[in-house]
Amino acid sequence: MWDYTDKVKEYFFNPKNSGVLEQANAVGEVGAISCGDALKLMMKVDPETEIITEARFQTFGCGSAIASSSALTEIVIGRTLQQALEITNQDIADFLGGLPPEKMHCSVMGYEALRAAIADFKGEAWEDDHEEGALLCKCFGVDEGMVERAIRINKLTSMEQVTQFTKAAGSCGTCVEGVEAVLTRVNAAMVAEGEIDAAMAFDPASSVPPLRRARQKQSPLAPAAKGVRTTLQKIRIIEAAIEELRPYLKRDGGDCELVDLDGDRVLVKLSGACVGCQMASVTVNGIQEKLIEKLGQPVRVIPVKNH
Amino acid sequence: MRPVYLDNNATTRVDPAVVAAMLPFFTEQFGNASSMHAFGSAVSGAVKTARQQMQALLGAEFDHEIVWTGGGTESDNTAILSALETQGGRDEIVTTAVEHPAILNLCAWLEKSRGVKVHLIPVDARGRLDIEAYRKALGPKTAIASVMWANNETGTLFPVELLAELAHEAGALFHTDAVQAVGKLPMDLKTSEIDLLSLSGHKLHAPKGIGALYVRKGVRLRPMLRGGHQERGRRAGTENIPAIVGLGMAAQLAAEHMAEENTRVRALRDRLEKGLLQRIGNAFVTGDPEQRLPNTANVAFEFVEGEGILLLLNKAGIAASSGSACTSGSLEPSHVLRAMKIPYTAAHGAIRFSFSRDNVDEDVDQVLEAMPQIIEKLRALSPFWAKGAAASFTPSYV
Repeated sequence: MWDYTDKVKEYFFNPKNSGVLEQANAVGEVGAISCGDALKLMMKVDPETEIITEARFQTFGCGSAIASSSALTEIVIGRTLQQALEITNQDIADFLGGLPPEKMHCSVMGYEALRAAIADFKGEAWEDDHEEGALLCKCFGVDEGMVERAIRINKLTSMEQVTQFTKAAGSCGTCVEGVEAVLTRVNAAMVAEGEIDAAMAFDPASSVPPLRRARQKQSPLAPAAKGVRTTLQKIRIIEAAIEELRPYLKRDGGDCELVDLDGDRVLVKLSGACVGCQMASVTVNGIQEKLIEKLGQPVRVIPVKNH
Repeated sequence: MRPVYLDNNATTRVDPAVVAAMLPFFTEQFGNASSMHAFGSAVSGAVKTARQQMQALLGAEFDHEIVWTGGGTESDNTAILSALETQGGRDEIVTTAVEHPAILNLCAWLEKSRGVKVHLIPVDARGRLDIEAYRKALGPKTAIASVMWANNETGTLFPVELLAELAHEAGALFHTDAVQAVGKLPMDLKTSEIDLLSLSGHKLHAPKGIGALYVRKGVRLRPMLRGGHQERGRRAGTENIPAIVGLGMAAQLAAEHMAEENTRVRALRDRLEKGLLQRIGNAFVTGDPEQRLPNTANVAFEFVEGEGILLLLNKAGIAASSGSACTSGSLEPSHVLRAMKIPYTAAHGAIRFSFSRDNVDEDVDQVLEAMPQIIEKLRALSPFWAKGAAASFTPSYV
């Protein structure tokens, strides 16, 4: 059962502005019965002021499709066409207090219908009236422009999201590569424009989700994760790390030296005030953390008495 | 008003007698059936009783032909995977386009990852299997044929006894996913050639998470779960004793209520179908009108979408389900209705009402009262209704 907000339920059970608007001069139709949802948005626009004075809808679709359509009419009434063009699918979702991720395509359908209706009023050809070949996803009649708009507006970075927002690639799967190519291209452009972080961008070669990749980049393990080091290289890194720590140890009257490296066991000798200090374990932990950071691999620091 | 539950093909209420039978096995009789002491022997006796109860319901020849599993999906997976192992040199599966995902998705995975050839036999507009295509697909490479006993969405029955014989003629094993049929139809497996049969507890008033696989004596079975020697080495893992006891009791109750299922429950279903078609235009019943489960009604309402219907039904206190895409999280409508070539105009608006012995006359009254307004309301919202009604689809068999 979907977790619909009260607002979605309210707009589904008692939709506002449903039905045919007889004197509509801006009509947008998107979707099809075969796709499972379709929306006909009818608006009356004052030609002088370009203010949307009335809006009604007819929708074939699920609860959230009907609620999104009704919400759209409520949002646009009273706005100028210019203002209406600034409305995005996110505004529709927000108006409803959010939609389940799998239902975001309902808000996108509203957004697309609004653009189509405005184009109709202006006498422009709606770019959705594509040739058969321009369709990216034939199952749901989704073209490249719609996918690109949804990616940009909602900062989408995964295929799952693109399907949730546009339904593209949600059925037979033959267009997966095509949609991936669009997502890759648009994400790359968004990175260049500073819209999204490079680590978040879709990478078709990686099976690691973007968020995970982003986290890995911030991880102290990441910089050293490449390549395998020889024991000698590791010893040099450890000695350099201890050298960095030495001033802090000396300040407390102590010292530390590397005795041996045995696999992931780093044997050290603590001296001076460190010996017998109740805080010795804290010191050892501190050294261990530093070494893990520098080596980029887990090690255990073990203090030894004499060697 | 009493809530009306008409989604018994999804799951059923656990019968209070089943709960009562299970309870001692959570508390006093908590033993492990494998243990060599009184705690163990008490429960191993109860497991044997449950096995005999299930044997009686299925009409199996021996009680040890019943292997307890974690549910219908596990039983289905075990049957298919085992057949591919034991049927040396045979690496093809014959099944149908309308199986449950537990079979279809497994087969798709086997095709992709192991190069197994899968033949999906089509159905006609009433959901009936193309037997000639089935016969032709069987051959010396067929490891197993798997055909459901009853379809979960439409209730259409398949002639599994005949299909089992045809499979054997080709030297293939025969498995049936009988999750929707067990407890609703009388069965006598010992007189059939069915080798393997899957069933699920929660479809017949037992709890969820328990099921069984019938394995005809002499049919070799390779376990899917390996580990301990439980279930004679055919399903490792400590037995879920309370659930097994519950399923045994549920099997006994199902046998006792079998006649009621086919008389009183069937009459409720028929009255609902007739009433809906009288009150609502542009609607039709899907599935085979003759060979159908007694409890299932699948009615397609044109030019409306199923999720909206379910939400409004739910508001009226009625629980049903739909083959519509929007309710399932998938984006495509039911693969069963599409295999039957039901047009999209109707497939999106198909609603399944599934009864059980818990249902009463008033339940039907309540649906007949609520449904016309619901469909009218959604059709008024639909951009296709006004222009589509005239050119509406009329299935040839209505």
